Amino acid sequence: MSTSVPSAAGLRGLIALAAAAALVWLAQSTLSAYVLTLLAILLLNAGLAVSLTLTNGLTGLFSLGHPAFMTIGAYAAAILTFPAGRKGTMLPALPDWLAAIQLPLLPAAAAAAAVGGVVAALVGWPVLRLRGHYLAVATLGLIVIVQSFAMNWDGITRGGSGLSGIPRLTGVWWAFAAFVVVVVLTWRIKFSSLGRAMMAVRENDLAAECAGIDAARTRMIAFIVGACAAAVIGALMAHLISVVTPRSYSVALAFNLVVMVVIGGSGSIAGAVIAATGITLLSESLRPVEEAAGLYGLSQVIVALALILVLFFRPRGLYGGGEPAVLRRLFATEPPR
Amino acid sequence: MSQYLFQQLVNGLALGSLYALVAIGFSMIYGIVRLINFAQGDLVMIGAFTTLALAGSGAPWPIILAVVLVVGALAGATIETLVFRPIRGAPQVTGFIATLAVSVIIQNATLMLLSGQQRNFLFPAEMRRRVSLGGVSASVTDLVIIGVTVLLIAALFLVVQRTRLGVAMRATAENLMAARLMGVAVNRTILAAFAIGSALAAVAGLLWGGKFGQIDPLMGLVPGLKAFVACVIGGVGSIGGAMLGGYILGMAEVLFVGLLPPAYAGYRDAFVFGLLIVVLLVRPSGLFARHVDERA
Repeated sequence: MSTSVPSAAGLRGLIALAAAAALVWLAQSTLSAYVLTLLAILLLNAGLAVSLTLTNGLTGLFSLGHPAFMTIGAYAAAILTFPAGRKGTMLPALPDWLAAIQLPLLPAAAAAAAVGGVVAALVGWPVLRLRGHYLAVATLGLIVIVQSFAMNWDGITRGGSGLSGIPRLTGVWWAFAAFVVVVVLTWRIKFSSLGRAMMAVRENDLAAECAGIDAARTRMIAFIVGACAAAVIGALMAHLISVVTPRSYSVALAFNLVVMVVIGGSGSIAGAVIAATGITLLSESLRPVEEAAGLYGLSQVIVALALILVLFFRPRGLYGGGEPAVLRRLFATEPPR
Repeated sequence: MSQYLFQQLVNGLALGSLYALVAIGFSMIYGIVRLINFAQGDLVMIGAFTTLALAGSGAPWPIILAVVLVVGALAGATIETLVFRPIRGAPQVTGFIATLAVSVIIQNATLMLLSGQQRNFLFPAEMRRRVSLGGVSASVTDLVIIGVTVLLIAALFLVVQRTRLGVAMRATAENLMAARLMGVAVNRTILAAFAIGSALAAVAGLLWGGKFGQIDPLMGLVPGLKAFVACVIGGVGSIGGAMLGGYILGMAEVLFVGLLPPAYAGYRDAFVFGLLIVVLLVRPSGLFARHVDERA
């Protein structure tokens, strides 16, 4: 899927990356701390939506499990970055080697990805044999399972009160890096033979098998890659808002992510980014209204109504699984369809 | 039988009754339109809050029960007409996403109206007593839950087996297009299935509140998910399977909590969904399934 000589598309990609980095730099030197945190959350949400696009959009799995993997990643990374001195009293059941170490964010995030990937592989083996809403409910069940472990495994997770005072190591640059990695990875997969295999499995897995595609393996790859991305972003999110509880990432988030994927157009990376941006900004801008009027839940109602309207009137979402022509022409490594 | 075992049995039957009531609604709707109605759990919440509002007025309990049935049926019929009828025929996943959206709207609209505060919910004192019978005792609430559920399920089986509506429902579940060609008013039949399933879930909400004592706008999530697990155990789409699955799940959960040391009680929800994954692995079409169209 990769070429040794930088292609024209690759060069254009580097230029776009440099331009985006310049924008982030500009933002960081001019905007307030609040707006920068919002920007980081926005980038992380967009990364989540794009990684879910890989699983749900391209491969046609209907997973709601992202919050479960985010929770796993957040706890795993937070346990690693916590100051060693405080771990002994806060988390008495940690094994000695875990209690003694304190890692920087990058290796901690990598460990989070590894843990998330392993859990996804273990869970994926039985669960990926299911389709449609069976998979959806099984992955919702996974959220409940992970939550009840986080809630009850006191010596490792501090139970219902969660881990607070996590070092605030994530900034807008980390969020930007995660976003770029997820988008580039998903883009490369989408326009590769693996991506075609995923779409073939989505459209008709029997036909895909007949064409020599290992459907089970393709599904597993999509599920694991999505889970790793979710675990990393969960870890970064925890180090941005410096707290994670069993209920930090729950069913409401799973729903919002699915909405982003559906409104963007299942399988469309650009669509997922646009929808994630819109929904994050919408709920953030409605928050003062909710607080002033005591109408907590208003933004969720609006998001859900928007989803129903999209299902009624534009069931294929903004881009219907494709990418805007201009992006395809600039960055696709294959001739546009 | 020792008191301990009897207590566990009654507990399991009562919990199983609640799951069965919700699961039957899932199964009726799935059997006819191949749609998992995720908002089913929120009908439980609507039933519970309706009961709370009525109990304050001092109305007699049989009347409250009847009103809750009607409110649940109306809510289900409204959801069907407004949301699910327009997207009939869309891909399955579209329908499922729409039911998720309906669930989110119901939950958050309730949050906006009533706040997320937990509310106490008590049955009258004579229902919170315990009665003794031949050396063993049980709480009246549990017995009422079991009794009401048996009555409702019996009534449902009468409707499904003996009435024109029931014949229409079974025909539509068998083959929607053929039923339509035979002159079955398919849309009205689907509406009835939604209304009946939702009414049963609303009654489950009434009973749930009485058993657990506290209700809140987000309470429907766990009963809804567990009822789906019950459906899968019994085989999605069959009413009898949903009922049996509900009882099996209730008993299994009570046994899990009762037999293991108390430290593990917090893992009961994890146990239920672990069970789901096991059932899907070894018997994906459920223990009593007739047919299944979506699995491996």
